[in-house]
Amino acid sequence: MGAVRIPSRRQAELWRRLAEVNDPELDEPITEMGFVERAQMASDGSVEIDFRLPTYWCSPNFAFLMLDGVRRALDQLSWSPAYRVKLHDHMFADEVNRGMEAGKTFGDIFAQLAEDQDLGALRDTFRMKAFKRRQEAVLRGFRQHGLTDREILGMDLPAYDVARFEAGEAANQKPRYRAALLERFADRQADDPVFVTWEGQSIPVGALSAHLAELRGVRVNMEFNGALCRGLKQTRYKELDVVEGEPTLVDFIMDRVPARAAPTA
Amino acid sequence: MFITPQGKEIFVVDGHTHFWDGSPENQKNIHGKQFIECFYAYHTGLSPKEQLWEKSKFEKYSADDLYRDLFVNGPDDVAIVQSTYLKDFYKNGFNTIERNAEVAKRYPERFIVNGAFDPRDGEKALEYIHFLKETYDVKGVKMYTAEWNGASKGWKLTDPDAYKCFELCDKLGIRNIHVHKGPTIIPLSKDAFDVHDVDHAATDFQNLNWIVEHCGLPRLDDFCWIATQETNVYGGLAVALPFIHSRPRYFGEVIAELLFWIGPEKILFGSDYAIWTPRWLVEKFWAYQIPEDIAAERGVQLTDEIKEKILGLNAARLYNIDIDAKKKALAGSPFSIAAE
Repeated sequence: MGAVRIPSRRQAELWRRLAEVNDPELDEPITEMGFVERAQMASDGSVEIDFRLPTYWCSPNFAFLMLDGVRRALDQLSWSPAYRVKLHDHMFADEVNRGMEAGKTFGDIFAQLAEDQDLGALRDTFRMKAFKRRQEAVLRGFRQHGLTDREILGMDLPAYDVARFEAGEAANQKPRYRAALLERFADRQADDPVFVTWEGQSIPVGALSAHLAELRGVRVNMEFNGALCRGLKQTRYKELDVVEGEPTLVDFIMDRVPARAAPTA
Repeated sequence: MFITPQGKEIFVVDGHTHFWDGSPENQKNIHGKQFIECFYAYHTGLSPKEQLWEKSKFEKYSADDLYRDLFVNGPDDVAIVQSTYLKDFYKNGFNTIERNAEVAKRYPERFIVNGAFDPRDGEKALEYIHFLKETYDVKGVKMYTAEWNGASKGWKLTDPDAYKCFELCDKLGIRNIHVHKGPTIIPLSKDAFDVHDVDHAATDFQNLNWIVEHCGLPRLDDFCWIATQETNVYGGLAVALPFIHSRPRYFGEVIAELLFWIGPEKILFGSDYAIWTPRWLVEKFWAYQIPEDIAAERGVQLTDEIKEKILGLNAARLYNIDIDAKKKALAGSPFSIAAE
């Protein structure tokens, strides 16, 4: 019995790990964006991942960051499987796939096109944006909950942890903001305020509205990409359906299977 | 002309339209196929269901389709038709100025045809700008910094070759530089939508108007900052406006940011036809109100006066359109297009 359960347990672990990889630009899990088209485990435990972005034109550096994240996620799997990750329908798909297979870095793959040899600065920018977007959602959540600005800004981590939101954006982002905070300020004290700027400055009570306005700007940009990506990705799936004649499992899950018109003849 | 539900006539300048040929026959390679497919995905992703086109029509539509959608069924008085060559992707180009000038010829009062050039062509680009001015008397150009050209996968407005071109535009009186910031490829290690080159170019060329299409989204904050500093930087609403249908609250946040930072005088309507058609966009825009909490937070309102500026008055100012004279001229040149 135990042996029978291993595949499904491993399958669940695989998806859980993949769900931890974010689109760096959107700060949303690649699994939720629908970028992981297929994650298959063979009987010997080896794993195959098919990865497809919303357009052929998606920035290759962002594509690489995500695939690198997938690679890291797969390296953490408890049964240490062999794996193959493949990027489909992208202008640099061949270069990226060959490079990934050979374990190359981004700088190796795009020696001529990449000016810098690593993507460190870009990763930092995206970490900052994710921190701000998550913080905004939670701050607005607490305000809507009826807390005063003074109460919100005086909150420490134990108080933060006991607070609960109803299902929604603030509830989604609360644990994610916590993670971003602890990653950013690893040596913070438990009674330090939970809401500080990315630079680590405290936020004066009278300045919370201005601070929120700045955070809103960050989110507006990220949401633009997110909304476009979702729309484009959906269209790509639809086209795949047409090519192959039959809707895929994804279409049933996403409720995208149209009712068939009755034959008129 | 758009007639409001109260009967007021609103003069509409559509700042961003295309007459392209993205058909398989014209595609040169996989990039051409993927380029039009990306446009089609924008179309299907953000249009209301009843506005969707068949893919084959979207790839290549007729001149009559264009006239009908913009001016007969649509509310446009004047349309600025932009040129985007993409000759590395399409055999005869995607929408060249020759193609655009041909479609504009039948109703010259209705169209402003903009040119395009590629600074990476060096001396040839300068010669071409002279040709554009002499042959078509262009008042504006469209810059597509993400365009491929041989081994190059993109360029910047601040490149020395680009500056030579802008100097010539300034000298010849080609004042309106529409900038499309697509996802540029180079340098690969950077954020692909960087808009800071607009800042430098706008500072160095004060006589030129810099119209950043789709408001620099997804770098709205950078764009707003630049447009606030530079009096000659404008934002085109193409691509941002269709969100009014699928995500109206989000559109409210975008337009509130724009009104707060750059103000009502510097925002221009554009449908990006044929990705979207202008009628539903203008109707929804006229009926739209920014959600109260967003408006209160930014202290802005989208009044009828402001909408009128965005829909036509601002662009008319940039292109020296005398609205009263134009209305008379349009009344004297009726349409004759094939009945459906």
